[in-house]
Amino acid sequence: MATSPKLTRRQILKGTAAAGALGMLGSLGWIGRAWGAQDKVKMGFIFVGPRDDYGYNQAHFEGKSSVAKLDWVKAFDEEKVPETIEVQKTMESMVKLDAAQVLFPTSFGYFDPHILKVAPLFPNILFLHCGGLYQEGKHPKNVGSYFGYIDESQYIAGIVAGGMTKTGKLGFVAAKPIPQVLRNINSYTLGARSIRSNCTTNVIFTGDWSLPVREAEATNSLVDQGIDVITCHVDSPKVVMTTAEKRGVYCTGYHCNQSKLAPRGYLTGAEWNWAKVYMDYADMIRKGQTVPNLVRGGLKEGLVRVSDYNQVVTESVRKQADAAKAKFLDGSMVVYKGPMKDNTNRVVIPGGKEYVQTDYWLESMDWLVEGVIGSTKS
Amino acid sequence: MAMPKDLHKALEPFLIIAGSLSVSMVLFGGFVALAGANPFEVYHTMYRAAFGSSFSWQNTLVRAAPLMLTALCTALPGYLGLIIIGGEGAVVIGGLSAALTALVMPTAPPMVILGSMALAGMVAGGIWLSIGGALRHYRAVNETISSLLLNYIAIAVLNHLVTGTFRDPESLNHPSTHHIGEANMIGAMPGTDLHWGLAFGVLACVLTWFLMHRTVFGFASQIAGGNVRAAQVAGLPVGRLIFIVCCVAGAAGGLAGMVEVAAVHGRANDTLNANYGYAGILVAFVARNHPLAIIPVAILLGGIRASGGLLQRAHELPDATVLVMQGIMFLVILFSETLYGRFSKFQQQRAS
Repeated sequence: MATSPKLTRRQILKGTAAAGALGMLGSLGWIGRAWGAQDKVKMGFIFVGPRDDYGYNQAHFEGKSSVAKLDWVKAFDEEKVPETIEVQKTMESMVKLDAAQVLFPTSFGYFDPHILKVAPLFPNILFLHCGGLYQEGKHPKNVGSYFGYIDESQYIAGIVAGGMTKTGKLGFVAAKPIPQVLRNINSYTLGARSIRSNCTTNVIFTGDWSLPVREAEATNSLVDQGIDVITCHVDSPKVVMTTAEKRGVYCTGYHCNQSKLAPRGYLTGAEWNWAKVYMDYADMIRKGQTVPNLVRGGLKEGLVRVSDYNQVVTESVRKQADAAKAKFLDGSMVVYKGPMKDNTNRVVIPGGKEYVQTDYWLESMDWLVEGVIGSTKS
Repeated sequence: MAMPKDLHKALEPFLIIAGSLSVSMVLFGGFVALAGANPFEVYHTMYRAAFGSSFSWQNTLVRAAPLMLTALCTALPGYLGLIIIGGEGAVVIGGLSAALTALVMPTAPPMVILGSMALAGMVAGGIWLSIGGALRHYRAVNETISSLLLNYIAIAVLNHLVTGTFRDPESLNHPSTHHIGEANMIGAMPGTDLHWGLAFGVLACVLTWFLMHRTVFGFASQIAGGNVRAAQVAGLPVGRLIFIVCCVAGAAGGLAGMVEVAAVHGRANDTLNANYGYAGILVAFVARNHPLAIIPVAILLGGIRASGGLLQRAHELPDATVLVMQGIMFLVILFSETLYGRFSKFQQQRAS
């Protein structure tokens, strides 16, 4: 590593803070020694799939590309790293051969056991993981996790879908019945039903994150059932979007902007805005601030966004969607409030009870809301 | 040229393989140059990432370990003339069985648990792979197709069980079985951070070499592989040979799955299906099904895979670069198969 062998980065940060208290002169001396040798913040990104998948990995790669444009950042990345011991070696290699100071292993499966195994070996390196839930005391101190409430964008997309559907039947191609996915399906359906109360969402679970053939089959079968707006939660929405476009139905995107794939039918979409997260982290590290272990946020914090509406989206639908968006932006929107029933007619949230977005109860969701046609058992 | 007979016999394949590797390096260099990178720098980076330091060596070896075991899944049935590509299924079923075995005996001492896990993984992998062999022998079903399809069945069984019956309710966003317990994990080999999977891999290759080349059983298998009818006429129990060889081959794959669970993940989940089985086919192919040749070939392939990451970071080449290199090597070696016996020098030496 480029740092002086006697000083760990954490010590330097502590030193910087202490010296800062004594006065700028002392602080500058430390900074000169700490950052002079390694003037760039070195950030390593690890993706589980290809960088250009029109989906999960591309969203992260776009974030990486934005932060890489800063002249005080050196960002490098590796794609298609499997969730095996190989990712442990990739992390070690980025630290040892590229002198990375902060790593962003972006796939959910990288966390346990891989990050938890490698992070303690390098206590001065930050391991910031996308999607996990950092627990104080249980996880190493140099580990953090970040994630966005993308279901807020899905709620908006649901409103647009509910407004544009003629049949009142929406379709959702999903990978696995896990909490993150179920929350998107539920928010999408709740959004649609907020403006058209008899809307239903048919959900098909394909069983894995990247099964292009099955995703195409699922999309076709949904269209055959009279469904006229389709969205998805799989790693690469490409196949779902192009299939929906080919069948002449509307679609709403996920992960990143897919309007190029379906120029006629792409109504809007739920997108990540990782550039914001990575810029913030880079800035904190450059300034020597303590990086928080847990970062969460939605539309208000700018971690997620909504694709521009297609020109076919009517004025009244836009207004309703924008009104909901404004409520998300000023923090007054609560999606999950009682009374709420699941699709087996069981009350999941009693009347009067509200779960705000930051509530961790929502991160263990295992039910589908009323109006969803499908089962959590894949 | 006075040379010990064995050494001389080994010279032809050695020279041909070394020659084809050199040719593929030249071809790949041309490809890299077309992609806009300097081939010499790329090879230097690959060397640095794969073999340039002790960390790089460990990185290479840890990737090579499962490939040695899964290569045996294809190599051993090859002696009987079977082309079996079901290593992936054996890994998945072996890993799943190993994890479930550990979970039903939570209070046993770690060594007993690890022993039972290894045994369960090997038995399950062996049975899984021998289904393909049995279908071939008794029902004349093409073993390549059936073993490939069995991979998908194995993966479906794994996904079904870890998302349903055996799911740890705390594995919210990544359905998995319960953890087998830190105390029951296989540690690193002394002085390294390599897990014991590498030792198992090398040992399995050496033992199966002994079995296939130094025992009557191995000799009988090679006869049956050469000509089934002749073997049957000679009274060899071809069906039993196929079953046992497939069992041994599948046991190697199952052991690879057990190591994944016991040394890396601690639980069974969809990451068991990491394509080690398919990479093993390539290794077996390049090693021409010879168990001892599998060891260096697996290390070479491990090195190529280990260098893929640094190539992306240092030269901004896509991940597919190393796949292109693997593909070129595969094709050149396939072509070089036609060169055996073509060089008169070797022929004369052999005749004399």
